[in-house]
Amino acid sequence: MIKLVTIQSGIAQGLLWAVLTIGVYITYRVLDFADLTIEGTFPLGAAVTVVLINAGVNPFLATLIAMAAGVVAGLSTGILNTVLKIPAILSGILTMIALYSVNIRIMSDKATVAIAGNSIKKIVAALFPAGTVSNTLSTVTGVIVCALLIIFLYIFFGTEIGCAIRATGNNPKMSRSVGINTDLMTIIGLMLSNAIVALSGSLIAQFDYGSALVNMGQGTIVIGLASVIIGEVILIHKEHNFAYRLFSVVFGAILYRTIIACVLTISGFKATDIKIITAIIVAIALSVPVFKEKAALTKKRKSAK
Amino acid sequence: MLEIKNMNKSFNVGTVNEKQVISDLSITVNDGDFITIIGSNGAGKSTLLNLIAGTYMPDSGSMALDGEDITYHSEIKKARYIGRVFQDPMMGTAADMWIEENLALAYRRTKTRGIKWGMSNKEREIYRKQLSRLGLGLENSLNKKMGLLSGGQRQAVTLLMATLQKPKVLLLDEHTAALDPKTAAIVLELTKQIIEEDNLTALMVTHNMQNAIDIGNRLIMMHNGKIIMDISGEDKKKLTVEMLLRKFSEVSGEEFANDRALLS
Repeated sequence: MIKLVTIQSGIAQGLLWAVLTIGVYITYRVLDFADLTIEGTFPLGAAVTVVLINAGVNPFLATLIAMAAGVVAGLSTGILNTVLKIPAILSGILTMIALYSVNIRIMSDKATVAIAGNSIKKIVAALFPAGTVSNTLSTVTGVIVCALLIIFLYIFFGTEIGCAIRATGNNPKMSRSVGINTDLMTIIGLMLSNAIVALSGSLIAQFDYGSALVNMGQGTIVIGLASVIIGEVILIHKEHNFAYRLFSVVFGAILYRTIIACVLTISGFKATDIKIITAIIVAIALSVPVFKEKAALTKKRKSAK
Repeated sequence: MLEIKNMNKSFNVGTVNEKQVISDLSITVNDGDFITIIGSNGAGKSTLLNLIAGTYMPDSGSMALDGEDITYHSEIKKARYIGRVFQDPMMGTAADMWIEENLALAYRRTKTRGIKWGMSNKEREIYRKQLSRLGLGLENSLNKKMGLLSGGQRQAVTLLMATLQKPKVLLLDEHTAALDPKTAAIVLELTKQIIEEDNLTALMVTHNMQNAIDIGNRLIMMHNGKIIMDISGEDKKKLTVEMLLRKFSEVSGEEFANDRALLS
């Protein structure tokens, strides 16, 4: 039987992973750029945060610096893609692979670095009665961070630059003809997205893992896409505003984590099976439109008879 | 005034496919000129517009607008003073954005974009008024996605976007070619109307010789990257399609070869 605590933990983790998903949404859906950089940016955010915290830096400041590191990663991919004209996927892969070496250096040649000092989690925990469970802390923080991000992005994508980024993702040729510097907009979008992904890595290191792992980025792009697609398949059926779309993405991330958490409680499944389960979920979610079309066609044929 | 002097452009330089598309071309476009451009396939009509717009950089030659040298200005920089409508109705607008958002993007063509709101209520009134000029009823559906409009409607909005901030030069690259004849006629009529009312300087590539004769004050015919005919004023009004075809074979020694032109 699936226990309540499994669902609670799915929701708590999902809200932290939702931050990553929001970052993926900006590149994948708004910019139309499948950005693999995030597989390196996610552990980068964690590594920078943990190492700085362990060096005695304030956790909030450490998290902010981690986001700045994400900005630099996005800038790198952006320059590879726009200035050096390297295809989007490859630009992301190049930065990702380079970040692996960078992350190892940041973590002083260790694969795992545990948080030894303070963390945002501890600061949040101090605001709650002693003994409050970890899931509650993650959930509260996740809700606040996601809400702030949605509000910020809703406003940002309504500004002139935000509109120009959306236009760039939608129709670059037209964008240039109305004087939009599409290269610059792509770079800004990538920097913003990677800052958010680094924030997600930082929060997961502080709230969930309690450490930075050099391999924690593996498969994050697929997890992000899975969450985006699940959210859209379930919640988006007509025209919706941008804030609701971002909300659907957060919902997708929560649902994805909950499904994974539940599946893992079934005996016979191992933690390493997550990858194949994810692949199956994404394949199913992506094929929903095809099945819908087929069903509609069958219906038409039957009624035509 | 747009002055192009001795412009050359080749593609695939250094390969067996090397082709000189624009060859020592010079033209002076006067303010208020509405020039129609005709020519056979591969004559360099679209390339000429792309060179003016900065999509391509010329191999040699110069280009000046109102006395300022703009030969090597980028496409984005040139967008501040050049308006464009493409042949493909899907190309000129952002399909996933609203009509008013598209217009707001175009409204900022001449400005540097910042973190101000992407659109104001005051602008919305301007857009409504402009859209009503089209006579398509779009002024009541500002919040409609561009992608939901028909090809003709999209071309009409694109035309409006290109002229929302008065461009110094308007480039129309067979912008009615992908539309059905009835819609094409409507969009062409709108083009004429907007160019006249706003007193614009425009270059229009067309495959329809009759249209090329009927509208605008000047007609140029291109062949192998050169202008082989440049007629304006009273002489242009006397032109017929037969005269154009005869003139073409005289100058080029070839039959006029443009699949669409022959069909239309």
